[in-house]
Order: sequence, then structure tokens, then C-alpha cells
Amino acid sequence: MDLHTFVSALQEQGSHAAEAAAPAFSPLMVWMVPLLPVFGFLFQTFIGRKLPKPVVSFVSCGVIFASCVLSWVFFFSVKSAGQPIVAMLGPWVQVPGLKDGLLSVIAEHKLVVDQLTCVMILVITNIGFLIHVYSISYMAEEKRYARYFSYLNLFTGFMLILVMASNVLLMFVGWEGVGLCSYLLIGFWFEKKENASAGMKAFVVNRVGDLAFTIGALTLFVYLGRTFGVWTIDFQAMKEVITAHKDAIPMGLSTFVCIMLFIGATGKSAQVPLYVWLPDAMAGPTPVSALIHAATMVTAGVYMIARLNFLFVLSPTALAVVTGVGAFTAIFAGSIGIAQNDIKKVLAYSTVSQLGFMFMGVGVGAFAAGVFHLFTHAFFKACLFLGSGSVIHGMGGEQDITKMGGLKSKMPYTYWTFLLASLALSGVPPLAGFFSKDEILWQAWSTTQFSTTGLGMWYGKIIWLIGATAAATTAFYMTRLVIKTFLDRPKWATASAFSGAGLPGGKDDESELPQDESMLDLGAIKKKPKNPSSPSNRPAPLPGPMKGDEPASADLPEDESMLDFGKIARKKAQPPPAPAPVPAASHGHDEHDHDHGHAHDLPQDESMLDLGRVRPFAAAHDAHDSHDAPAAHDSGHGHSDDSGHGHGGGHGHGEPHESPAFMLFALIVLAAGSAAVGFLGWPPALGGTNVFEHWLAPVVEAHEAKAAGHETHAKAEHEPASEEHHSNPMEYVLMLVSIGAAAGGIFFGWIVYGKRMGVPAKDFTEKHKELYELVRDKYRIDELYEAAVINPLLDLNEGTCRFDNEVVDGAVNGAARVGIIVAKGTGLVDNEVVDAAVNGAAVATQMVARKVRRAQTGNIKQYLTFALVGGLFVIAAFCLWLTRTNLWSTFTETFGGNR
Amino acid sequence: MNEHLLSLTIWIPIIGALLVTIAPKSATKGLSVLASLGAMIASILVAARFTPNAPPNSPVPGFQLIEKYTWIPISTGNIEYFLGVDGISVTMVLLTGILSFLCILASWGFEHWHTNKGIKGYFALFLLLEAGMMGVFESLDFFLFYVFWEMMLLPMYFLIGIWGGPRREYAAIKFFLYTLAGSVFMLVVMLAMYFTVDIDPATPGRQGTFNLVTLSNLGPAIFKGFWWKMAFLGLYVGFAIKVPVFPFHTWLPDAHVEAPTPISVILAGVLLKMGTYGLLRISYPLLPEAALWFAPFMMAFGTWNIIYGSLCAMAQIRGVPRVNSQTGEKFIERDLKKMIAYSSVAHMGFCLLGLAACNPAGLSGCLFQMWNHGIITSMLFLLVGVVYDRAHHRNIDGFGGLWTQMPQYGALTALAFMASLGLPGLSGFVSEFLSFAGGFQAGSEFRFEILPDRYIESATWFKVLTSISIGGVVLGAGYFLWSYQKVFQGPLNPKYATLSDMNPLEMVTVWPLAIIAVILGVYPSFYLNIIMPSINALAVHMQMPWVTGMVK
Repeated sequence: MDLHTFVSALQEQGSHAAEAAAPAFSPLMVWMVPLLPVFGFLFQTFIGRKLPKPVVSFVSCGVIFASCVLSWVFFFSVKSAGQPIVAMLGPWVQVPGLKDGLLSVIAEHKLVVDQLTCVMILVITNIGFLIHVYSISYMAEEKRYARYFSYLNLFTGFMLILVMASNVLLMFVGWEGVGLCSYLLIGFWFEKKENASAGMKAFVVNRVGDLAFTIGALTLFVYLGRTFGVWTIDFQAMKEVITAHKDAIPMGLSTFVCIMLFIGATGKSAQVPLYVWLPDAMAGPTPVSALIHAATMVTAGVYMIARLNFLFVLSPTALAVVTGVGAFTAIFAGSIGIAQNDIKKVLAYSTVSQLGFMFMGVGVGAFAAGVFHLFTHAFFKACLFLGSGSVIHGMGGEQDITKMGGLKSKMPYTYWTFLLASLALSGVPPLAGFFSKDEILWQAWSTTQFSTTGLGMWYGKIIWLIGATAAATTAFYMTRLVIKTFLDRPKWATASAFSGAGLPGGKDDESELPQDESMLDLGAIKKKPKNPSSPSNRPAPLPGPMKGDEPASADLPEDESMLDFGKIARKKAQPPPAPAPVPAASHGHDEHDHDHGHAHDLPQDESMLDLGRVRPFAAAHDAHDSHDAPAAHDSGHGHSDDSGHGHGGGHGHGEPHESPAFMLFALIVLAAGSAAVGFLGWPPALGGTNVFEHWLAPVVEAHEAKAAGHETHAKAEHEPASEEHHSNPMEYVLMLVSIGAAAGGIFFGWIVYGKRMGVPAKDFTEKHKELYELVRDKYRIDELYEAAVINPLLDLNEGTCRFDNEVVDGAVNGAARVGIIVAKGTGLVDNEVVDAAVNGAAVATQMVARKVRRAQTGNIKQYLTFALVGGLFVIAAFCLWLTRTNLWSTFTETFGGNR
Repeated sequence: MNEHLLSLTIWIPIIGALLVTIAPKSATKGLSVLASLGAMIASILVAARFTPNAPPNSPVPGFQLIEKYTWIPISTGNIEYFLGVDGISVTMVLLTGILSFLCILASWGFEHWHTNKGIKGYFALFLLLEAGMMGVFESLDFFLFYVFWEMMLLPMYFLIGIWGGPRREYAAIKFFLYTLAGSVFMLVVMLAMYFTVDIDPATPGRQGTFNLVTLSNLGPAIFKGFWWKMAFLGLYVGFAIKVPVFPFHTWLPDAHVEAPTPISVILAGVLLKMGTYGLLRISYPLLPEAALWFAPFMMAFGTWNIIYGSLCAMAQIRGVPRVNSQTGEKFIERDLKKMIAYSSVAHMGFCLLGLAACNPAGLSGCLFQMWNHGIITSMLFLLVGVVYDRAHHRNIDGFGGLWTQMPQYGALTALAFMASLGLPGLSGFVSEFLSFAGGFQAGSEFRFEILPDRYIESATWFKVLTSISIGGVVLGAGYFLWSYQKVFQGPLNPKYATLSDMNPLEMVTVWPLAIIAVILGVYPSFYLNIIMPSINALAVHMQMPWVTGMVK
């Protein structure tokens, strides 16, 4: 195993582990897992633009698939050998002089695949692959198709580096790299300023977390080096040192370091107080939300804490903070989720809330449970996001659930998969979410690790209570979401452009918009398949459905309300002339707009205008508000006018329709996963073995016993002989409470939104208007940040720059001005005084001379000669003195010694 | 040949400058490219010839490619033509060679600047400037160093003052006077050293020297006490003006804004490095005692530079109300180039931070950051030049959506911005990380005496300041991404719907820098291996209490 020759003394511990690994993989092969997607990125960036879309899709999905296969290979290898795979390529960052004044390497290009990493890479590559496949359809109409896939590939590569890195610094590369890709993908449709801003917000907020993360990591690094002489940031080596000296490490230090690292995690994993970027991140294409902002990147913080579990267990205080923040986030974000009407925003807040659960899990020391929730959440949340993408796709870009309803029959696959994933998320047994959530709640209840922190025994119970409430909240808002989207009476039919389409006899007024169109389309799906070859003859029921996505056209003021856009749209009747610089997002509805300039139709139906027409544009695809609308109508900057694209197929007439096969494939696989993966965590209390926890045991076990007084629930399971938890009836009680919470949330949601058609909700919001608005406005945290942080910062910027211009530079210019004045003054003095004196002296001399001449008979020349010689003598004497006595050494002798 | 490699890097540009003045106008650009290409090749050869672990038989320990001749014989100690490179200077020589060549290429479109000023003068002065820069980095004789330092000044003055923007004269004079004022201190200290040392105390009669190697061997023992602290301060002012360190930085935004693109590149890419290089080459090895005394202040200045520069840079995006000093007219300033100039102030702060730490990690972070700033900021200025050539303004608010119209330009700028804000995987991150690591490692139980009987513990001081400095990274992300959003994202400004993407020449000037930034980000050892022995030697030489404690 030649790779061992590279392994420095620091990695000794790591390497002996590798030796035991049965199949020896070359380091390069392991590196291929993250590098293949990076190659995909390079390919798409430099070549992909010029290639046809199928080739682009094939390459992008292919590299992920290859990574996926490799991941499975490594998984089975780790499984059989029980030892991590170590892949060392070489040194990376060398910090000189840390050890004995010699060069020492502190960060290497080294990957480690252990049990925890296996879980992560399997999630990333498998779910990543499905999302890539889904994107083929979802982004089919995108002009920057290759660029989209290049970003997605790059993201996957960085994410894999993040979870495979053997040291903090390399992990940080992945950490920031995924942040970069997130930035690029959120702002993928950057023509719309909001999207670009959302990307920027995500990056900058994450950087705030990274600031704390860096400080924490450096503090730890320097502390370990100075105190124990081990200069390392390698996880394995750190683990060795820390576990060996765990009693010597002061609590204050470990608490400080852990909290700093955790602040980093709150940035990446969207916890209070740094969660604000995640809801805005929904500006990105929906598959991106599924991959990055639900399944993988946002879980990096949880992963990091699980990875550094040996450090976190040293500080119960820090863990209490982690738990508390997680629990608070879970309930806080969940409550916001109740009041949101944007389908993706609901899911976004749900994600924030579920991430809170994960932190609760790792915070109570149940690292395996936290990671298990990460694992199950990846399935059902990805499924939900992709389902929402399917809905948005089917609704022609609509994201507002108040304009949906009744989609169950239109999109059966989407509905059933979405429902299944919702139930899994809500914690309905035996779906995945139940097991992971229940495990976390049980661990929170039973933990005793906070007893030393001054918070006492009750802390865990309080956390449990908050968690259970949050779980019920989750079930409630998911029920609301499902009902409003799929089961409620269809609102798109009456309100939207194709008004009446779905309702029997629902023709509305006779407008230019052939009223039959909507009906027709509706029918078309069922009765006769649309004829793709004549798309241009089709009426445009939903104006600019997808196109909206591309923002593109610049001329409109950003902040116009949607309504305004509608008006603008009405005014502009002619079809958009210019080719689109930006691709249509994904659906090929373009032709409708172009050919028909639906704008004609608009004026006829005001209500439609407000509710249906405009809004759909506006909400185009994933993207949000209004801006797309102008793109769609106006001038057509934004559109590709080639009617050739557009799927034109059996869907896409503005009528809700089921999504194409690639999308359904991903949905179905993920739904199956949501249903099934929970069994990996089947708890011993129910006669299972909790395979998942056993699997992670080698990574997190070291601490289990260590966590002060920590209930040995998890540990006990490692020894099947021990049945102690079975004897704990509390676990069954709590399990029932969990089920009750889920069932209660669902039932309540059904009562409110199903049975009573949302009437109680309406009553409630009217009665408690202020409360409702506060929640709907997300507790106005963004506004708070803007007022408390951003504006002061901007003012500080301006103040600083003015200070620079006026004071600092003013001083410089002032000095120059003083110089000029002095120069003028001396010039004046020179002319008027010195020169005058000289002249005056001459005159005076003459006068004196005239008088003296009489008295003196001597030779003037002789006098002058004497004077000259005398003067020279004085000067010479002075010079001599100067050279004899060195002025400078006089100074140094005088002041030298007495520093 | 081998022995004269360093001379070649200096004299090829000088000969080139002479030829440019003699030759017909049509040959100017060709000759300049040849001369700078020659100098670049020579500098690459210098780097290639340089072996990081110097052979023990080197005539001057630690230095290589030595050239040493008596230049001005003086009875009390000769002035020598003494050139040589160690790990610290060799990379700077290489940087100068590469950037000068790229800048000559970037000046290829000289005629399109419509300055109506002589092309010969521009290129001749440029080559002269290059020679001066090479000389500064290669001189091992203080007097020679000083001569090159001043020799650089004049061409730069004319290049800004003649070929610059509307306020070029103001900017040029400011630059010139400021730098000159700084070098006066250097002159005083140089003479003081010359008159203080005695290289051969055994023989009667004092023999002074300007030889920096000798001075650094003798200096620490002799240059002690209050006046030498003042001498350090004098040198520091001279170098701080060049870096530039607050409050001596205000010449920089003006000079950058007015200078033509290639001159901005040289200014930011090479000239600013001379300040920190001077500290590394002269102040630190010669006056370590004073350096220890000054270290806490130096770190404070570094931190201040980072935060202050970042805030000023960000202010440019929202706009700063200003008054035109000549006309009294009020206007809002939102200059992209000024933003980048202020970002330079911030980035050079990272150098100071590492410098103040005085340990190997910090010093190598400083030196690497000097290199990276040279590469990355040069990219930024070249890229600003691209859009300025097309749109003829640099108002951050005046663009919008350019990425749509100029995809390659947008992508390269994104890369440059990301490199500049220290994204891991690109070279800027490694150097910033090393500086931070240095700052965190520096300090120990050792206490600085700030005032008589007033102590601060070095560990606390360094850690707190370094932590604040890391905050500069957040601000950096803020202003780079925000300006990127304003210029490149959002709806395309219809005014610029016809802009052409980067042309091949522009690509040729930017791509090499981009590639260097990526390669050194992934594999910084290429660079670190070269500098490390010298950096270690310097750290050991300085004997900082926390470093010696660490090494032990």
C-alpha cells in the first residue's frame, strides 16, 4: 500500500486503520468520487455550451452516476472491512516552523471514507443523481442548460469533498465551495435582481457563520499545538489527542470552540439566528432547492458536529446551546411555515425546522439519531421539493397554494408521492420520518448530560416538549399544504387565465381569448392528445406561463407590483420581437405567448388579470414575483421566440398537467425511499436492531460513554444482550406521544382545512390579525436585520469613506496647502526681506564705505582676502569637528543602553 | 551568463527603453514586448535556477545568483553593485517579470486610449519602471536599493501624470510627494546605519557598509535602544506609505483611479509589494528589537487596514457624496476602480497581519498574500479596464446585467472576485489562512510594554485582532458580491446590449493570472516550498520571544 508512504507521523493513527481495510483502493480511485463531478463541471463549462442538450445531460448525469457507483463500492468495502478507507494524494497547505522549526504539513489532500462519510456520500450521489435526472426535464427549456448542469456538477463535487475531507481545512474547501455553488444556483436566473440578491444574501450570511467557524477552528488548532505539541487539523489525529487528554482540556476552551463551530453550522444549516437566507434561497430552480437547500448542503452543519462529536461531548454547555437553538429553530420556523402561501416557502421553513430537529439530536449527544434524521429527511424533503417542482411545472409557474387545489386528479403521481413524503415528514409510522424523529425525541427526554450544566434534569424534558410540539406543527402545516395543493376545490380553474376551464360550465365572459381554449385544453389532455406539431395554433390560456422565469428584460422598474405588470402587459399588445438572451425556464409554453400575444386577451378579464393571468407569470416557475411578467409580455427580451422549443407535447397549455417521465421517475424513487429507509433505524424497543446506529457506532461511539451520565440507550443497543431499554416503559409512552403528535397535527389540519374548508383558519386570522400578520411576515426578522445590521453597516461604510475623503485625505491636502502657503510666505520673505536686506546691506555698505574710505587708507582687496580666509577657516574647523564627533553615535551612546 | 541573470532582468528593460526612444515609432510596441518578454524569461530563469535550500558553498549565505562589484569606492566603506535573491525576493522578481509583460500586452491598445500623448515615452518609461522594480527586489546593497527605489518613482509619476485620467496631475503629484517624503526617512536611517556599524572593529578606523547581508548579521547586536526604535519608525513610515497603511493610504485611490489600466496593474501588483518587501528585507532583519516593540502596533494597523479598507470599498457601491474641489460641484462617487483600490488597502492589511505575527506561518502568509494580491488584484484591474474600454465609465450603478451580454467576461470576473474574497480552492484563501494561523499562533505569555509599566499579553492581543481581521473576510464577500450583482446581474442595461465580449488579447492578459490563482489554490506548495527556508531563517533570525518558545 504505497499510499502509506505519504502518510506523515501525524496520520499514524489514521493509517493503521487503513491497513486493515481489506480491498486497497488507489487514492486516485477514491478521489474520483468528488473529482468526477468536477470534471463534469469543467466539461460543461468549456465544451458543454456548444453541445446539444442530450449530450450535456448524459455527461452530467453520467459523472454523478459513476460517483454513485463508486460510493456503493466503497460502502460495501467499509461494510465488509469495518475500517475507513484512506486516500492520500499529497500535502496541501504547509505551515512552516510548527514542529521543531521544520516544515510541517497541516493539511493534506486526503480523503477518508468511514461509516459516517459512507452515509453522506450515498445520500449525495444517489439523491444527487435523481435530481440530475429530474432536472433534464425540469430545465429542458433553459437556454443556459449546460451552465445549469455545470453548477450542479460542481456542487456535487464540493459537497463530496466536504464530507470526505480528512481535515478541517479541506472540509472548509467543500464548505465554502458548496456555498459558492449555492450562490450561483440561487442566482441562476440572475436577470432578476431579487434572485441575484438572494444568492448574495445566502453567501454573505454564510460567511458570517464561517467567520465564527474559522475562529473556532484556529483556536482549537493553536491550543492543541501549544498545549500538547500536536499541530494538526486532521480529524483522526485531533480525535486521538482530544480523547487522550479530555480531562486536561479546560471546559471554557472547549465550550468556546464548540460554540464558535456551531455558529458556523447555524450559517450553513440555516439555524436561528442565521437562517434568514434559506427561505430566500428558494429563488433558485426547484431541483436546486431539493438538492442543495434540503437534502445535502444545509445538512453540512449537522454533519460537521457529528464529525467532531469527540470535541462537542467535552462541553455539555455547548451541547445545551446546540440543543436549545435547534429546538427553538424547530418550533420557530415551523410556526412560520403555517402561514406561508408559497409552496416552496412552506417547504423551506419546514427544512429549517427539520434541521432544528437534527441539531436537537446531535445536541443531546445522540449523534447517530441526528444523522439518521438527516438521512431520512434527505429522502422525503427532496421528494417534497421535487413534487413541488412538479406542481409548479404543471401549474405553469404558479407557486401560490391559494391558487391551487384539486390537483390530485390532474397530477396523480405527483400527488401520491407528495402525500407519502408528507406523511413521512409528519412522522407517521412506519414511514421514515417517524423513526428518526421519535429517536431524537426519546433521546432528548432521556438525556442526562445537561445535569452538569446548571440547566438540570428538566432541560431535556423541556426540549422534548418543544420538539413534540414542533412535530405536531409539522404535521399540521404539511396537512394544510397537501390539502390546499391537491385536495381543495380547484382555484386555478376559476381564477386563472383559463378560467372556468376546470369547472363545468365555467365559461366566463366572451373575450378574445377563446373561451374554449381553456376548456379545450383541459379536455385535450383527457380526450385527445394535443397535437404538438401545431403549437402555434393553440390559444394561450396561461399567458407566458413559464417564460416568466426568465427575467431578462431590463426596462421595467423592479418594484412594480404585479398588478402594474399586468397593466403594462395589457398595454403592450404586440408579440415580443427580440430573441431572448435568456432561456425560458423550463416549459415550453413560449409559443403561445409569442404567437398570440396573449396580451390581447388580458384586458377583457380584469379579475383574471389580477388573480390569474398576472400571478402565474409572476410566479413563474420557481421564481417568484413579478418580474418575470414583463419579460413575458413586454418586448420579449426575455424570451426565446423560437417556437421550436417548448415541449409542445401533451402538456403545457396552462392547464395543470402531470410531469414528464424523468421527473416522475425521481419522484417515485424518492417516495419509495421516504417510505422505506426508516426501517434502518427500527428501534430495539420495537424489536428492531437500529442498523443505522450500529453502522455509525465506530464514528460516534467513543464519546457515548463519555458524555457525562449520558443515558446509555444507544450504547446498550450495541450489545444485543442488554435489554434494558425494553424495560423502560417511558420509551413506549413517548413513542405513543410522538404518534399522537403527528396524528393530532394531521387531524387538526384536516378539520381546519379539509372538513371545514379553511373557515376556522380564516376566522382565526381575522380575529388575531396582528398575530397572523406577524407570523406571515416571518416575524419580520429580515426587517429587523435590515434595521439593526445592514443599514447601520451601510451608514458606517459611508461614514468611513467620508472620513477618509474629508479628514484623512483632507489632512493630506491640507498639508499640501500649508506647504504652498509657507512657500508663498517664504517667497515673499525672500523677495521683500532677505533680498531687500541684501540690497539694503549693499546700499548701507556703500554709504559706510564712503565714510570709511576717508578714514581708511588700506587696500580693500586685502581686507576682502582676509575676510574670506577667516570665513573658510571657521567652516573648516566646523567640518573637522563634525567628522571627529559623529553626531549619530553621540545619540546612540547617549540613549543606547537605557531602553 | 548564469551569474548575470539578475543583471539581465534589470538591464534588458533599460536597453529596451533606450532602443524605444531611438527607434521609429512603428517599432515601439514590438520592441517593448520583446524587452519585457526578455525580462520575463530572465525572471523565470531566475526562479528556475533558484534552489530553495541554498547550497552551502554560496558566497553569501541564504542568497543565490550573487553579483557583487564595487560601484562607488569610498574610504569608509564602498557602495556596491550587489544583487542576489533569496526565497523572499525571488518570487517578487518573478511576479514583476510576469506582470510587466502582461501589462505591456495590455497596453497594446494604446492608440485607442486617445490620450494624444507620445507612445514612445509611455513604453520607454514603462520599461524603465520595470527595471527599477526589478532592481529594488534584487538589491542587497542598501544604497543601491535606495537608488532603484527612487528610480522607480519618476517613471511612475510621469505615467500617471501624462497618460492618466482627468485628475492625473493631482494624483501624480500626490503619489510622488508622498513616496518621496517616505523615502527621506529611509535615507536618514540608511546613513545612520552606514555611520554606525563597523564591519571590522579589529582594525583601527571605522568601516561602514551598505551591505544588507552584513548589516543584518551585525545589526541586531548594535541597533538597539530608543533611537533605533525611531529609526524603525522612520523606515516604517517610508514603507507604510508604499503598502499603503492607514493613514498614509489616500494617495492610492487617487492614483489608481487616474492611472491607465496597465499602470494600475503595476501599481497594485508590484509597487505596493515594495512596502512589505522593504519591511521583510530591511526593517525586520536589521532591527528585530524594534520590530518586537512595534509588533503589536503593526498588527493593529493591519487589522485597521482590513476593516477600514473594506468599509470604504463597500461605501463605493452605495455611493459617497463628494465635492469636486475645482468646480465645487457635488456628485455621488461610485467608482468600481476605487472600490478595488480600497480592497487593495484591505488585502495588504492581511500582509501586515502576518508580518506582525513574526512567526513562520505569519511571515509566509504575508509573502504569499503579497504574491496573491499581485496576481488577483491585477486581474481585477485588467477586468475593470475591459469594461472601461467599452463603456468609458466605471460607475457601479451604470451597468447591470452584463453577464448576459458578456458571458466570458462575467465568468472571469466572478472567478477574480471569488479569488479576491478568499474562496477556498483559490490561492487567496491559503495566504489569508496562513496569516490568520500566524496571528493566532503568535503571542504567548510574553507581554508587550506599551507604556511604561503598562503591559498587554501578546497572546490576547494577537488573537483578538486576528479575530477581528477575519471579519474583514465577511465584508469582502459583501462588497465583491454586491458590486458583482450591480454590474453583472439584474436585467441587462439596454445601453450596453451591444457590448462585445472580451477579445483575444484581453483573454491572453487575464487567463494566465486566473490559471495561477487556481493552481496555487489547489497546490500552494509550488510557492510555499520556494519561500519557506528563507522565511524560516528570517523567523529564527528575529528571535521573537513567542517564536523561539515555539521552536523550542
